[in-house]
Amino acid sequence: MIEFTIWDILRNLLLATRWTIVLSLVSFIGGGLVGLALLFSRLSRRKWMRALAKYYIELFQGTPLLMQLFIAFFGLGLFGIDVPAWLAAGLALILWSAAFLGEIWRGCVEAIAKGQWEASASLGMGRLQQMRYVILPQAMRIAVPPTVGFSVQVIKGTALTSIIGFVELSKAGTVVTNATFQPFTVYGLVALIYFALCWPLSKSSQILERKLNVAHRNH
Amino acid sequence: MNYQFEFGWLFEYYPQIVKGIGITIQLIAVGALAGISLGIVCAWVRALGPAWLKPVVAAYVELIRNTPFLIQLFFIFFGLPSLGLQLSELQAANLAMIVNLGAYSSEIIRAGIQATPKGQFEAGASLAMTPFETFRHVVLVPSLQRIWPALSSQVVIVMLGSAVVSQIAAEDLTFAANFIQSRTFRAFEAYFISTAVYLILAILLRQVLGMVGWFIFPRRAAR
Repeated sequence: MIEFTIWDILRNLLLATRWTIVLSLVSFIGGGLVGLALLFSRLSRRKWMRALAKYYIELFQGTPLLMQLFIAFFGLGLFGIDVPAWLAAGLALILWSAAFLGEIWRGCVEAIAKGQWEASASLGMGRLQQMRYVILPQAMRIAVPPTVGFSVQVIKGTALTSIIGFVELSKAGTVVTNATFQPFTVYGLVALIYFALCWPLSKSSQILERKLNVAHRNH
Repeated sequence: MNYQFEFGWLFEYYPQIVKGIGITIQLIAVGALAGISLGIVCAWVRALGPAWLKPVVAAYVELIRNTPFLIQLFFIFFGLPSLGLQLSELQAANLAMIVNLGAYSSEIIRAGIQATPKGQFEAGASLAMTPFETFRHVVLVPSLQRIWPALSSQVVIVMLGSAVVSQIAAEDLTFAANFIQSRTFRAFEAYFISTAVYLILAILLRQVLGMVGWFIFPRRAAR
């Protein structure tokens, strides 16, 4: 029987961590773009667009991410496409992140005082100009800490893609466990790698929150 | 798309789904009760507890909040037996949910405790209450009331996250969906139905938690 050293295990896990990072980045950036579209739709003056965004968010926040992954994986297959795991994983994670980011950002836009909307309207600005020049620059400031905080959820969310067969850190953990029969060590290391990825983000989210709050108080 | 949707299997397999729903409800009921209790204890330690215990609880909270639930579950179910702690699928699922919700809820509850006006602690002390009595009789319930909406959302998130416990063969709703799709090859329909059930469960759970809040917190008459 082959003996596996800790270094053998760790090396293989770190190689797989690449795909966790790539998938997280794709999901976060893609989710951000779709989330921005959702935000605009949620703030639209047309009632049906607001309702559409609201139900989208309700649907994706009210169902398990795992189910969304399964439905993306098996649902796309119904169109006769051969769905690779990375496609279903990326698609589901983008749509899922979008729902959360859209809702977070809506809260930030709504935190902007109503007088700002009225003042910019009284200057004859259109809806998009108001957003572009007055509301979003202020809302973005409030939005940074919760957005960074949500990126942690995205990284943890990618762990679920192992279940539909995408090979990233969690899947590698299972594979390595099956080879080495050392679940305690392997899953312990997997948890530590996730921690090393997520903790700096959590911490910086907290620090940013404190910093931006202090700035707010000094107005 | 020439796919014929077929839901006829529902008649044969609905007992599996009902059983799965029962287990999912049981998991979240135990998880919520024990998890929130653990959260209260941890929040007390971090806000008012003995100094030597604070870093221990802080490490626990940070470790859980920054690792995926799936890995926590695998670690408990596959990893702990090598320390001599052998758990059944359901026990492991329950434990993982308690540990997970305990960490998240302690942060939420701590925010509620820290928002308590200082005068409340002083008033308790002036009535010769010990710090613990002040916490128990003066601070705790209003703190929980303050953060109840956030805590409710977290319980719903953990309920949805519990879909993952099917991966260690705990027979929850997702397990039922996996079972049905492996028997009928109707994967899309099986997951579609179970997703709909999760959505209904999430909406119901939110209502139930709202009602619980209505009953456990004192309501002041409108003046």
